[in-house]
Amino acid sequence: MRTNLLKRLTAALAMGVFALGIGGGVAVAKTDLLVYTSIEADELAKFKNAFEKDYPDINIKWVRDSTGIMGAKLLAEKDNPRADIVYGMAATVLLQLIPYNYFQAYAPKGVEKLNPLYVDPKNNPPLWVGQRAYVAAVCYNTIEGKKANLPIPKTWKDLTKPVYKGHVIMPNPGSSGTAYLDVSSWIQMWGEEGAFKFMDALHKNISRYTHSGSKPCKLAAAGEIPIGVSFAYRVVKSKAAGAPLVLITPEEGLGWEVEAMAIVRNTKNLAAARALADWTISRKSMELHAPGYAEVALPGIPNPVKDFPDVGGKMIKNDFAWAGANKARIVKKWTARYDAKSEPRKKK
Amino acid sequence: MTDGPQAVVIEAPLVKPKVGRENWVMRAGLAVIGVYLLVAVVFPLYTILSKSFQDSRGLFVGLDNYAEYFATPALFYSINNSLTVSVISMVITVGLAFGYAYGLTRSCIPGKGVFKAIALIPILAPSLLPAISLRYLFGAQGMIKGLLMGETIYGPIGIVIGEVFWTFPHALLIIFTALSLSDARLYEAAEALGASKLRTFFTVTLPGAKYGLISACFVVFTLVITDFGVPKVIGGGYNVLAVDIYKQVVGQRNFQMGAVVGLVLLAPALLAFVADRMIQGKQVALLSARAVPYEPKPDRRFDLAMLAFCGTVAFVIIGILAVAQFAALVKFWPYNLSLVLDSYQFDLMDGGSWGAFWNSLKMAAWTAVIGTAVIFTGAYLVEKSKGFEHGRGLIQLMCMIPLAVPGIVLGLAYIFFFNAVGNPLGFIYHTLIILVLCTITHFYTVSHLTAATALKQMDAEFEAVSSSLKVPFYKTFVRVTVPVCIPAILDISIYLFVNAMTTVSAVIFLYSADTQLASVAVLNMDDAGDTAPAAAMGMMIVYTSATVRLLHFLLTRGIARRTQAWRKR
Amino acid sequence: METDTSAAAGEARPPYLKVENVTKKFGDFTAIKDICLEVFESEFVCFLGPSGCGKTTLLRAIAGLDIQTHGRIEQAGRDISNLPPTERDFGIVFQSYALFPNLTVFKNVAYGLENRKTAKADIAARVDELLQLVGMPDQGPKYPAQLSGGQQQRVALARALATSPGLLLLDEPLSALDAKVRVRLRHEIKELQRKLGVTTIMVTHDQEEALTMADRIVVMNEGVIDQVGTPLEIYRRPASPFVADFIGAMNFLSAVAGGDGTVRIDGVGLSAIECVCVQDEGTAVTLCLRPEDIVTRGVESGAPNAFEATVADLEFLGSFYRASLTAKGVENTRFQADFSVNLVRDLGIEAGKTLTVAFPADRIRVFADS
Ligand SMILES: Nc1ncnc2c1ncn2[C@@H]1O[C@H](COP(=O)(O)OP(=O)(O)O)[C@@H](O)[C@H]1O
Ligand SMILES: [Mg+2]
Repeated sequence: MRTNLLKRLTAALAMGVFALGIGGGVAVAKTDLLVYTSIEADELAKFKNAFEKDYPDINIKWVRDSTGIMGAKLLAEKDNPRADIVYGMAATVLLQLIPYNYFQAYAPKGVEKLNPLYVDPKNNPPLWVGQRAYVAAVCYNTIEGKKANLPIPKTWKDLTKPVYKGHVIMPNPGSSGTAYLDVSSWIQMWGEEGAFKFMDALHKNISRYTHSGSKPCKLAAAGEIPIGVSFAYRVVKSKAAGAPLVLITPEEGLGWEVEAMAIVRNTKNLAAARALADWTISRKSMELHAPGYAEVALPGIPNPVKDFPDVGGKMIKNDFAWAGANKARIVKKWTARYDAKSEPRKKK
Repeated sequence: MTDGPQAVVIEAPLVKPKVGRENWVMRAGLAVIGVYLLVAVVFPLYTILSKSFQDSRGLFVGLDNYAEYFATPALFYSINNSLTVSVISMVITVGLAFGYAYGLTRSCIPGKGVFKAIALIPILAPSLLPAISLRYLFGAQGMIKGLLMGETIYGPIGIVIGEVFWTFPHALLIIFTALSLSDARLYEAAEALGASKLRTFFTVTLPGAKYGLISACFVVFTLVITDFGVPKVIGGGYNVLAVDIYKQVVGQRNFQMGAVVGLVLLAPALLAFVADRMIQGKQVALLSARAVPYEPKPDRRFDLAMLAFCGTVAFVIIGILAVAQFAALVKFWPYNLSLVLDSYQFDLMDGGSWGAFWNSLKMAAWTAVIGTAVIFTGAYLVEKSKGFEHGRGLIQLMCMIPLAVPGIVLGLAYIFFFNAVGNPLGFIYHTLIILVLCTITHFYTVSHLTAATALKQMDAEFEAVSSSLKVPFYKTFVRVTVPVCIPAILDISIYLFVNAMTTVSAVIFLYSADTQLASVAVLNMDDAGDTAPAAAMGMMIVYTSATVRLLHFLLTRGIARRTQAWRKR
Repeated sequence: METDTSAAAGEARPPYLKVENVTKKFGDFTAIKDICLEVFESEFVCFLGPSGCGKTTLLRAIAGLDIQTHGRIEQAGRDISNLPPTERDFGIVFQSYALFPNLTVFKNVAYGLENRKTAKADIAARVDELLQLVGMPDQGPKYPAQLSGGQQQRVALARALATSPGLLLLDEPLSALDAKVRVRLRHEIKELQRKLGVTTIMVTHDQEEALTMADRIVVMNEGVIDQVGTPLEIYRRPASPFVADFIGAMNFLSAVAGGDGTVRIDGVGLSAIECVCVQDEGTAVTLCLRPEDIVTRGVESGAPNAFEATVADLEFLGSFYRASLTAKGVENTRFQADFSVNLVRDLGIEAGKTLTVAFPADRIRVFADS
């Protein structure tokens, strides 16, 4: 009686499991390529469709989240990596994972044609290959700016002027990679002392620090704040959606970050992962990478976005190794100076 | 001793009870539940919390991380901030919930069912939804930002409003139950003695609801202090412990420090929990007396006042949701206020898709079904089995831990444990199963307490009677215990379902390509700047949960009808 | 102490249930200690004692629901000391009835039968028979919640008897009922037990219940048995001041032993036939006497054990009067006496009146003070 009941229960459960597909995906003849990425979600379909057209027997499966979440997930999985390839991920994240033997070297076809700044300088064949760069930028809401009588800032230093008091938002480098990009670029441009002096002055004008790097421009787009410190792609996107934003690339120079890919050491789909890497740096793919971004890895591809400022000349000489090695120290210093006291201040 | 005046006491041999077949089944059941909890709760948490004693390469460093952490001044701001918002939210929530519950139980206001249903809505909403509403209401472009008199919503004010909105239903349910249990005879006595309404309130109502109020305080406090959703999206630069974990883990990928904060956060939550358990222990005797339910009598002025109060609270709740729905339809806030349905085309949106919505539905359904079965059976075995005091105590403790664990810690713990090389359960990683397992664990405690309460109310002798009739306990479990506890079982399953639909913090680390979830999509769409689709998806979750709740209500009523012959009312 | 464990002197048949040196501890707390008891076939035994004295604990040990820490239990010649309840042979009824609320009366009664793979028709016949037996024919389709407390307890009884157990255990079965129902059900249960001849143990804290229902009463106090005996024995010859106090009304008077079977209360000398233990002269003792045993009609002064007493107070209790008396000259010796309504009328007893009363020597119990 009892075993009978148990059997029936098990059978019912098994059928339920099957019916709802709890056990995972149904087997397909195609190769499933598990790709971890932080590329903005609206671009994923574009890349997937184009790639799968060229490689019909490969099926890209994205796992996408913000750089912070994906970075934490990748690091947490370090003993038993699950992804086949990490794609469109901030190079600083990849650099942090390399010491754990996370990736395997591979030189994608045509890697020699890339701008050498975009290829792992330490290893040959490279462990990682850059796809494109995104730059820090400032966005300015014309409607709210006019309401508050704010001139359009031209430089970073402009932002420290008293007129902007309470009208600027930037991300917190403790929680946002974009913010650290800004902070480390200021330090690399002006030295640590100079940069912190600048930030002391900037801090007086900051309305608040956000946790996400894209939030400042989203808030600016929604009129929550006239000026946000964020990155360029975000601004382009919000403008397209109808936000009254102006993209500003401060004259002193811009921090930037490489979005890069790296094949995971224990992938079971090596051929497919390599195929994606090869395809990515092809001219066709590089053209897909270009819109809204400062620069792509393959030289000579223009940004199709109308009135996208020419930022190539403003990108600083970014020392990623230095930035990575000093991150903990700098964030701690920053936190002690600005975050510990970041009680909300009244808007005047 | 031997030649002393006392008789020599020769200890008779101990009787060693024979373990019958039934006992073996019961032991096996307890063992299964014990192992389940070890696997789902203890081992994963151990893998992450042990990191607080390691450096980034996994070497043991003792208390170094703690020393470093406690040397950081930011910590004290966070602890202070966490306690501040938790206590303020607790006071406001419990105060409002008490007034609301008082209106529902002690006055003759019309539409009590509707009022109660409205009050429970916030549970159905992902925490981002009220945050979006608050921005539209009180942000720089807010519709009614003048109410804040120059204060910013991005900070403690926003956190408190968001937390009050979110925890209100939890507090209301507890206090409502406590007030419903009050004994009418006490009120009659007070009236007979000529006590004024106010005096009756302080001498009868408040003492009667005391335990419920205290319990509600602790629940709200724990929920607020461990929540990171609301402070993350609306807290601005106001640091609280749960957000510190987020910053350490997600911002800086420093798991060691994240674990340290996680353990720091466990302390107040566990303390609150232990205190609550101790007080609850005293309550049992209080309620065992046979009470006569209180029937309120009409009193025009008082009823009008209560109607105004409950109406205001309900209006605010509905209002916040209405704003979220409005946000979902606005083309581009605040510059283009035309209403469109574009936001519902999730497949065209960043990060969200209808697929994610169906996944969420599937995940929530499984969580409800499996979770209810596991949790109820587990609670039954713990409550009704004999012997193994220590083992049962341990199991009970394991059931309580999840309440105090922030979701983000749980999610990472699941990666560390289930993705470990050589874990035979590794195959569930990246499947819906791990999402279901994690979500069940995340909401285990409250479900377990609900089940235990229901089981405690059952006659303690059912098992004794059935064994005297030589019917094994598991048959009685199926034939009697489960049918009698159906209301509680349905409550648990709806609780699990609704929370599975809205949960983010734990599952955000665990979903994979085929198992994206609607609640995560809400977060990601908002992150991508697509506030309207985020709100739209958020409202989809609300409507789904509301529909399921409605079905649950109809089902419960149907069952109540069918079983009213034997169910005492 | 008189701990007569056999039903009657010279009982020859072997006991049906034998409890030997049973002790039950809950942690450090000893709930029952070294209990020895024999129960004979078809006997109705009551465990009587104040709440918390260990009655339920002993009953549950016999049932195997909470197995004793030490000691041995034998039922029908079989050692059942360590068996789980499912392997024992008993039916049980609780104060709470513990009826399954979601099952009909019929299903409740049939619960144990269904598990035995009895044929459906046989089950139905047996259930009908049992419901008939407990006076509830035709109530089968009802649910417990639709029945009164008394009816529910009858169903519980029928359910316990359904499988024809060798031993029926009742734990305060009547305590939750109204006084009237309780009295009626008392008789019904007793009647049923007699008819079926099932060996029965009932736990109660109600002395009246025990006195009216039991063949033998086991009086318990603080985890030990104080006395075992027929209701009459227990009432007439309580073995300890505790038993004396617990059952019926009793006067307790401080006295001093005279050493020769006599006792003295403040100068009044009394002889007692049943001086439980011979007391050395001068030992402080307590004298016990039930109010209804005090006589005054036809007592002459100078008669044995007679003395003068003044009525301090007279309380009308319906079928009799209870008088508070003080012995003449010794105002601090107060005791109570029950006088019939007739007697009070005949002798014109009222407050302030002085009477000659006698303590019958054969009704006095004397216990050494400890
Ligand atoms: N499970 C238990 N754990 C601890 N103490 C108990 C337990 N059951 C009973 N006791 C204690 O044992 C004593 C006897 O209890 P019980 O047998 O129920 O008394 P009775 O039935 O005579 O009223 C009481 O002091 C009671 O508190
Ligand atoms: Mg008892």
